[in-house]
Amino acid sequence: MKHTLSVLVENKPGVLVRISGLFARRGFNIDSLAVGETEDPMLSRVTISVDGQDQPIEQVTKQLHKLINVIKITDLDPNSSVTRELVLIKVHATSETRSEIIQVVEIFRAKIIDVSASTLIVEVTGTKDKIEGIISLLRPFGLVEVVRTGKIAISRGRKRT
Amino acid sequence: MKVAAKVMMEIFKNEGVEVVFGVPGGQVMPLYDALMDADLLNVLTRHEQGAVHAADGYARASGKVGVCIATSGPGATNLVTGIANAYMDSVPMVAITGQVRRPVVGTDAFQEADTFGITLPVVKHSYLVTDEHELPRILHEAFYLARTGRPGPVLVDLPGDVATALIDYDPDNPPKLNLPGYKPTVKGHPRQIREAARALAEAQKPMIYAGGGIIISEASDELRELAAYAHIPVTTTLNGKGLFPEDDPLSLGMLGMHGTRYANYAMTNCDLIFAVGVRFDDRATGKVETFAPGAKIIHVDVDPAEIAKNLAVDIPIVGDAKWVLGSLIDELRKLDPSPERHLPWMRQVEDWKQAHPLPLREDPDGEIMPEFVIRKLWEVTKGEAIVTTEVGQNQMWAAQYWLAKHPRRFISSGGLGTMGYGFPAAMGAKLARPDLTVVDIAGDGSFQMTSQELATCVSYNIPVKVAILNNRYLGMVRQWQELFYDKRYASTCIECQPDFVKLAEAYGAQGFRATRPDEVEEVLRIALASDAPALMDFRIKREANVWPMVPAGSAISDMLGGGEA
Ligand SMILES: Cc1ncc(C[n+]2csc(CCOP(=O)(O)OP(=O)(O)O)c2C)c(N)n1
Repeated sequence: MKHTLSVLVENKPGVLVRISGLFARRGFNIDSLAVGETEDPMLSRVTISVDGQDQPIEQVTKQLHKLINVIKITDLDPNSSVTRELVLIKVHATSETRSEIIQVVEIFRAKIIDVSASTLIVEVTGTKDKIEGIISLLRPFGLVEVVRTGKIAISRGRKRT
Repeated sequence: MKVAAKVMMEIFKNEGVEVVFGVPGGQVMPLYDALMDADLLNVLTRHEQGAVHAADGYARASGKVGVCIATSGPGATNLVTGIANAYMDSVPMVAITGQVRRPVVGTDAFQEADTFGITLPVVKHSYLVTDEHELPRILHEAFYLARTGRPGPVLVDLPGDVATALIDYDPDNPPKLNLPGYKPTVKGHPRQIREAARALAEAQKPMIYAGGGIIISEASDELRELAAYAHIPVTTTLNGKGLFPEDDPLSLGMLGMHGTRYANYAMTNCDLIFAVGVRFDDRATGKVETFAPGAKIIHVDVDPAEIAKNLAVDIPIVGDAKWVLGSLIDELRKLDPSPERHLPWMRQVEDWKQAHPLPLREDPDGEIMPEFVIRKLWEVTKGEAIVTTEVGQNQMWAAQYWLAKHPRRFISSGGLGTMGYGFPAAMGAKLARPDLTVVDIAGDGSFQMTSQELATCVSYNIPVKVAILNNRYLGMVRQWQELFYDKRYASTCIECQPDFVKLAEAYGAQGFRATRPDEVEEVLRIALASDAPALMDFRIKREANVWPMVPAGSAISDMLGGGEA
């Protein structure tokens, strides 16, 4: 099972390298990782998705907790949280294919943010399914580049993540 | 405003630092200058590895935080082995390294190394000081982190220009620590403790498996009380030696790869393991799949990540061993378990003990056997000395034959297995406990890795004793080659060695040699009686092996050699 760990950390130099180093050292694999400042500039949030199949998620969280700069870890329940990822897709476009691509973009409520003679850049936000969906539909046109932010997540309702 | 290096001396004082070990260099000159006027002992070692192991030995013998200092670049990298060693064995330590001046950090300046990065996987925590005004808080945090929870080494990397900056510090009003993510659990969960008490009272075949965590937590008395009250046999890990008196009838000595047969048989056949302050290391458990197959496991540790790391646990208890044991004894008294409840088990354990004692071999050629030296050393010191060890056969013989009676008096590199550890660690231990005899039980190979610290011992008159069990081999590796590589002794024969007696004398220490069993006791008596550092070169049977032994990856009940009777 995939887990989304939301890790609240002190916003200090070296914290990210401690986290990534820990994953490497303990043989845990990271699917994606996203970092950013929170509402409190002293704190950052790291959202890590990991596969619980290959590694006991309990060991991962316990080891993370041992890092002095880690304040709180939440293993987000997919039913009570929302997750999003932002992706920029540069796709090959000719005068013949351009309108077809635009149709796909509209179906996915994505945006075209750059146009050149031979390419389009598509911006899409969404869940993993939506993103995989649009990528697979755009692939036949020729993907030039795909850049993803990694997943971020927040818990629903009043509860803090 | 005061110079930061001077402030550091005030902080050392505030934190109770009595001694620091280190080697100076460009980026720590301000610190050394301040040390000249500080009210503490500043020990100059001959190599930074000596400094860090000495700080470690001091910490293990005293329970206080050990402090070592090295300059940037090579000084700092020379500390790395010792920091990793302290990390593996949870030793409280603050390591202070010089760093190049802030404006040139990251430019490959002279003697720049990324000490913070290099040590990241082997520290409990680390700091690179970038703002001089944060230095007091950081240094206080470093000491606090090093000694609390599961202790460990904390590194403070200090650019040279931070040490000379002017800062404010009021020793009566030190800055508040800022560690929002750090809250070690002390009190165990009461329901889990009650459940553990019930399991202990009901078990038919209980065992206590205890380790270094008990010593760190100063919980030996509680553990002794529990074992005596509930009448349960005790086996310990290497780093647990001394938490329970090994001459007590309930003691089964050390378990694992070179443990006693009776400890390993008892662990394999018991129905309940009360594990406390241990981490189910592979040297203790052997093949985990076959470890104690019929046993329910209670595991007490202050570090939640140790629980269920290597093995599933039935009753996990996160908490400080001293606190947990205290309240467990109270719970157990309420249950008032009958002493009769597990008599057949106690008889069985006693039978194993009688049937498989550790061998006390006599050599047909009349050469010195290593266990003879260790037993004589025990007799001469009445088992009251602090023993440190090197790594290899010497370490395992010491573990087997030195019956440790007190906590903090058996000091050995358990997790990392660092050759060269024992001698500098003995120096540190002697400074912590000048009232006790301190002996490094050494191998000739290991001793040569840090023997330069003889100069340190002589110059500060630290009267440490070194007992080399000299087999002119890298003996433990040779033993494995004998058993598993067809006696092909690749790179393990080290016949070219200094005359250790002359080496000791060359440094101004005393040197003695014994080549026959009848010389052993006299050498021990003379060397231990002197108030100078002294080295004893015991020429032992060259190919003596450590028995019994569990081959790597086997069940701990599958032992080779030693007391099969
Ligand atoms: C720093 C270091 N290097 C290598 C080893 C691997 N090693 C383990 S035991 C051993 C031999 C130790 O020889 P010696 O100190 O003479 O002790 P003996 O086994 O002969 O008692 C070696 C090389 C180690 N543990 N530590």
